[in-house]
Amino acid sequence: MTTFLTRRTALLAAATCAATLGLTAVAEAQTSIKIGYAISRTGPNTGGAAVTTIPNYELWVKEVNAAGGIKLGDKRVPIEVVQYDDRSNAEEAVRALERLINQDKVDFILPPWGTGLNLAVGPTLNREGYPHLAATAVTDRAPELAKRWPNSFWLLGTSADAAKSLVELLNKLRDEKKIGDTVAMVSIADGFGIDLSSAARPALTNAKFKLAYDKSYPIGTQDLAPIVNEIKALNPDVFIAFSYPPDTLALTEQSRIAGLNPKVFYTGVGTAFPLYRQKFGKNTEGVMGIGGWSGDSPAIKDYLARHKAAAANGAEPDRWASAVTYASLQMLQQAIERVGKIDRAAVIKDLQTGTFDTVIGKVKLENNMPTRYWWVGQWQDGEFYGIAPAKNEGARAAIVPKPAWVAP
Amino acid sequence: MSARIAGFGATALAALALLALVPRLGNAYYLALAISLLQYTVLATAWGMFSGPTRYVSLATTAFFGVGAYTVAVLGEILPWPLVLLTAAALGAIVAGIVGLSTLRLSGVYFVIFTFGLTELIRQLVVWFEVNKSRVLGRYVFVDITQADIYWQLLALTAAVFLLGWLIARSRLGFALRVIGEDETVAKHCGINTTFAKVALFTISATVMTLVGAIMAPRWTYIEPSIAFNSMISFQVLIMALLGGAHRLWGPVLGAVPLTLLFELLSARFPNTFTIILGCIFLLIVYMLPRGVAGLFEKLSTTAGGKARQRANA
Repeated sequence: MTTFLTRRTALLAAATCAATLGLTAVAEAQTSIKIGYAISRTGPNTGGAAVTTIPNYELWVKEVNAAGGIKLGDKRVPIEVVQYDDRSNAEEAVRALERLINQDKVDFILPPWGTGLNLAVGPTLNREGYPHLAATAVTDRAPELAKRWPNSFWLLGTSADAAKSLVELLNKLRDEKKIGDTVAMVSIADGFGIDLSSAARPALTNAKFKLAYDKSYPIGTQDLAPIVNEIKALNPDVFIAFSYPPDTLALTEQSRIAGLNPKVFYTGVGTAFPLYRQKFGKNTEGVMGIGGWSGDSPAIKDYLARHKAAAANGAEPDRWASAVTYASLQMLQQAIERVGKIDRAAVIKDLQTGTFDTVIGKVKLENNMPTRYWWVGQWQDGEFYGIAPAKNEGARAAIVPKPAWVAP
Repeated sequence: MSARIAGFGATALAALALLALVPRLGNAYYLALAISLLQYTVLATAWGMFSGPTRYVSLATTAFFGVGAYTVAVLGEILPWPLVLLTAAALGAIVAGIVGLSTLRLSGVYFVIFTFGLTELIRQLVVWFEVNKSRVLGRYVFVDITQADIYWQLLALTAAVFLLGWLIARSRLGFALRVIGEDETVAKHCGINTTFAKVALFTISATVMTLVGAIMAPRWTYIEPSIAFNSMISFQVLIMALLGGAHRLWGPVLGAVPLTLLFELLSARFPNTFTIILGCIFLLIVYMLPRGVAGLFEKLSTTAGGKARQRANA
């Protein structure tokens, strides 16, 4: 009897499964340009992919198809998308790409989200001769990788560069007598935090800044109050946190509560997210963070509006890698259109040598990398503007000292 | 008897020779699939080698796999490849020996929890070391190993694992383990050194898992703790071995092959509902096939009398 009951339960489970399957029948129309991607829809990378990558891929495909498609010679052909979930797993990402190339026979491939996965798929894309426009990878080995895999383009730069720009900005502010020379630095014990802090440490010491505090905290640390309180007691001029989104939010909140309000307040990934402004409102004023964009440029304003209109819940893009991701898609499209046919080798050549008109301005790559990046941004009046490197077009002047925290 | 073994050996060699030709097909996707199949076959078989006879459920597969992958990340560019593999195997054996000696006195659910914790422990140790000592997190593996090389190495390892498993099953050690699995107290009373037997087999199984990690690492170029120590591997291997039937040497293969193909099919056709379907399948396996596919075969091949006896025993 028991056996019978368990069998029946099992059959019920089977029926439920079948019903779930029925809802997800896949239908694909025949078109001319097949573009494939494997993106993290589950697993730890989901958050980043959902803010920065997926909305831009979808926006671009929608816009291109609304305009009739990509121009090949004198006719336009629509894009057909084949997509998989890489489950935030390197092995899965590699296999999904091999499936896209060999089984689905896609014409072009859009990269996954994040440094790790972009590196994981690098060798495959190189071997098969597909252009690889990595718009969400920050790695110090980028110049070396670009040489090793000439089909790969590293659009977000190196962490050494990020740290250098930040220190240059601090140097300039000190020369202008706006800040002193005590710096407190914390970093998350993960790839990003370690890379940036190990680049910033020598840069700060060489520039004769006094590193009063320099510690790292593990991923998933819930209580950051002790760190903030300890730093507050040191009364530094500059607070630097190379943090990830959850701790970026927690550190900001804790600093507001503890009244840690140094002249320069800089936090890491997540500062440029629309979520940050939603959470802190007026208190974002003067907060610096990694990333930024030329918020005054009409192209960016237009992009922001289109992104908001197209996203399911009116979501805004983040103010760093989103625009770069969208620009990478524009570059791919312009390269394909200039070549005029599906010739991946020629498209790679065009990406290496051509000049592109994108939302982040004119882009011309040198050694497969852009020549300018936004490394420091600052919330000013509800928008996250790029402020460093100062030579970038559209760079705003920094607001220093940071205004006091207000009650929310 | 020896004629049967010779015949079996010849068939196995022929199969091996055929399988070795897969990279010649020239389709990178099929090669990737074949690599995946072999990877899980070896892992599940190695898992079954220890957990099958002793009935200790281990979730430490990821820990050893990760140790292997990380060895390659650290030494891959410094040492010649065979030495890297040897070092990985040695490291895996040492870790397994220490862990085995200290934990195999635990039984039942405590052992499961410990092995799960072990993965996290090793991962955090690696993170701590990288953060505080080497100050890099995320290492690059640029070694001159092609996909076909990875495949052939895995194939050789598969052959070695089956040979090893077969030899162990026929040895005194294998017999001792079966007795332990039936009743550990009785085994002790019979004069079997249960600790030695368990640690020995745990170490052999872990060394094989470490080697799989080391062989697979060059596929990814970039390795960080979250990639190398992905606990999904432990669970997938466990469910594969259970589906196949861990009480037979050839059981886990019967689970690894269909499940790897199924995962592949599901992630290709239903990328967005993959996890839901996977959960349903796990439920079905546990409900419908408590003794795995191997158990099902055995049941089908037993006589009616045997069935009656089984029922009486149950």
